[in-house]
Amino acid sequence: MDTALGADSNGRAVTAAATEPPVGSALREESRPDRGTAAAYQRIVDADRGTGGESLANFLGAFSIGLGLAEFLAPYAINKVIGVKHPDDRSLTTTRLMGLREIGHGLAILGNQQPAKAVWSRVAGDALDLALLGRTMANPDNDRGRTAFAVANVLAVTALDVMCARELSRQPRTATHAKLEEGIVVTRRGVTVNRPVEECWAAWRDLQRLPTFMRHLESVTELDARRSHWVAKAPAGRTVEWDAEIVEEREHELLAWRSVEGAQVRNAGRVTFHPAPGGRGTELRVQLEYEPPGGKLGSKVAMLWREEPGQQVKDDLRHFKQVMETGEVLFSDATKRRGPHPAQPDDKPAQL
Amino acid sequence: MKATCWMGPNDMQVREVPDPSILNRRDCIVKVTSTAICGSDLHLYNGFLPLMEPGDILGHEFMGEVVEVGPGVGNLKVGDRVVVPFPIACGNCAPCEAGATSLCENSNPNAHIAEKLLGHTASGIFGYSHLTGGFAGGQAEYVRVPFADFGPMKVPEGLTDEQVLFLTDILPTGYMGAEMCGIRPGDTVAVWGCGPVGQFAIASAYLLGAEKVIAIDRFEYRLQMAREKAGAITINYEEVANVVDVLKDLTAGRGPDHCIDAVGAEGHTHGVQYVHDRAKQALRMQTDRPIALREAIHACRSGGTVSVIGVYTGLIDKFPMNAVMNRSLTIKTGQTHVHRYMKPLLERIQKGELDPTFIITHTMPLDRAPEGYRMFNAKQDRCEKIVLKT
Ligand SMILES: NC(=O)c1ccc[n+]([C@@H]2O[C@H](COP(=O)([O-])OP(=O)(O)OC[C@H]3O[C@@H](n4cnc5c(N)ncnc54)[C@H](O)[C@@H]3O)[C@@H](O)[C@H]2O)c1
Ligand SMILES: [Zn+2]
Ligand SMILES: [Zn+2]
Repeated sequence: MDTALGADSNGRAVTAAATEPPVGSALREESRPDRGTAAAYQRIVDADRGTGGESLANFLGAFSIGLGLAEFLAPYAINKVIGVKHPDDRSLTTTRLMGLREIGHGLAILGNQQPAKAVWSRVAGDALDLALLGRTMANPDNDRGRTAFAVANVLAVTALDVMCARELSRQPRTATHAKLEEGIVVTRRGVTVNRPVEECWAAWRDLQRLPTFMRHLESVTELDARRSHWVAKAPAGRTVEWDAEIVEEREHELLAWRSVEGAQVRNAGRVTFHPAPGGRGTELRVQLEYEPPGGKLGSKVAMLWREEPGQQVKDDLRHFKQVMETGEVLFSDATKRRGPHPAQPDDKPAQL
Repeated sequence: MKATCWMGPNDMQVREVPDPSILNRRDCIVKVTSTAICGSDLHLYNGFLPLMEPGDILGHEFMGEVVEVGPGVGNLKVGDRVVVPFPIACGNCAPCEAGATSLCENSNPNAHIAEKLLGHTASGIFGYSHLTGGFAGGQAEYVRVPFADFGPMKVPEGLTDEQVLFLTDILPTGYMGAEMCGIRPGDTVAVWGCGPVGQFAIASAYLLGAEKVIAIDRFEYRLQMAREKAGAITINYEEVANVVDVLKDLTAGRGPDHCIDAVGAEGHTHGVQYVHDRAKQALRMQTDRPIALREAIHACRSGGTVSVIGVYTGLIDKFPMNAVMNRSLTIKTGQTHVHRYMKPLLERIQKGELDPTFIITHTMPLDRAPEGYRMFNAKQDRCEKIVLKT
């Protein structure tokens, strides 16, 4: 070959290809997983990429609002805490302004399309806090011990801010973020059910049965082959209702639906069914999306409680598994009723 | 009915509570004839397990007579005499089908809490905190038994309660502890703790072919039982400078092939280590005192097995992972998969290969359960195992 770039120690010509280490595959083709399968699993991971650093950002956002409110509403107490012995009008006003700034940071982090920028602005704010604390410390009238303690705290938060901002800047932007920026909350959960795909499919496709394991649903009524009417429980004993339509259906594989025009809370969902490997039954995966009231900020606040919708889907799936595997949802003496209750039978006999 | 209720740490009371009723189709109600207090109950009694509510009925070792069956139970009828495994298991999920019933995926209604603390949930357990489901236990006159078509085993004619009661928990537990070791001819097994679980682990290790079993505890009456009833060689850890050295002497330097921790979260020792662990526990920097476990790991021969049947309730400090990793130790553990051991162990009892009654030192009426807890906890009056009668 005449594209030689140099010679190796034996004086042989080295071609461009040979300068790179030989690229092979660890395994022969037949020992590798099927490409399609591996790619499908990788996509599941990809759907959750970019969420690293988010929970810290949410924490910092909430922390900013909390601290800001305290500074704004109780500047005197805050001054005492940071070691100012005799807060004057000027330091009280400064504290109030700092409070407003904190609240601003918090709202920016929670509501911003680019939380990374908002968190970096918090870092700048931290620098300002440190400068002011430095001035407080320099005043011999003040309690240096307390101020030093406050400085240590701000330094710790600054470290968190920097960590978080770097993390967020590094994270890839994904479809989940894109949705979030449109004000839509996405939740994904999965469960393995020790029953064949056909059975799981049949049970799920019978939409009217969904409320037997989805405790937040009151009823589902099928209007025709594609449309159904849903009634869900909402906080404070209220209900939310909407009509939904099936938008995609592949028997034993996939069911997708969404609310039709005019729903109180726009929402959509899809569930997929796969035979679990090695005869382990069915892998069932659910994705739910909804648009909380309050637009982008509302959805960010809802994301703060992301555990909540996620937890509900998880509970629903656990109950689905129980119904499919054991025939019913199991109660204990303590969980038969809402709220804390000792593990002890109830005084009024329960009905099945 | 009368039931033994946990009212707070070190406060057990026998109280009048409502009778249980059928809550699920596969339930039955058992009228308890005999029930026992377990070392696991002591972890609750001493306040080591989180998620307890005053009024919780305790007790997971119980047997009795079926007095009501739910519409989903086809194999039991009123009047059947049954022993009930302590883990609640459905029989349908993948772990249940594989025989690992203490890992049942469908029996803990508080699975979401367990997932937060443990990563995943394990099975529900009778009378054993809300972390394992908030099920009322069997130290009571009546108890509701879920998945009654899968769990309870009918007791054949001609056997006393005392002969079969321990099939509910501690006999399978001791047996599983020994079985997990994979004992081969010539093997030496060391057992930490000569409580009821330790005694059955010693006996089981011999049944499974151990050449010698060495038992470690500090209560002379318990060591005496281990020697005289279960055939162990015994070490009183308060009388020797270093248990590990004695074990090496006994095995000519090799160390025991297998080490069984039948002590769990409330390990005790003399000296600085105990003060350190008590202090950390008091400061909530660790929840458990893994004293026996650390010692078992150090003593075990390289490549050997450490079988952990003592219960741990939270986090531990100073775990010698370097010894585990560098010396290729295998750690095996678990709440006992009682269902899979009940039949084979019942057969051994029927054939006379094993008589589990030797551990019973006290029998008292249910009313005296609070006194029983105090006595068993303090190891007073040579107490080894208390059976409560209704
Ligand atoms: N894995 C299971 O499914 C299962 C089932 C039942 C009981 N358990 C557990 O087994 C353990 C023992 O139960 P038990 O009923 O025999 O309780 P127990 O309280 O009667 O016995 C514990 C014994 O350990 C001894 N001990 C304490 N520190 C020691 C040390 N450093 N070295 C040696 N011995 C020491 C005590 O003196 C006591 O005799 C408990 O943790 C219990 O929760 C587990
Ligand atoms: Zn027990
Ligand atoms: Zn199960």
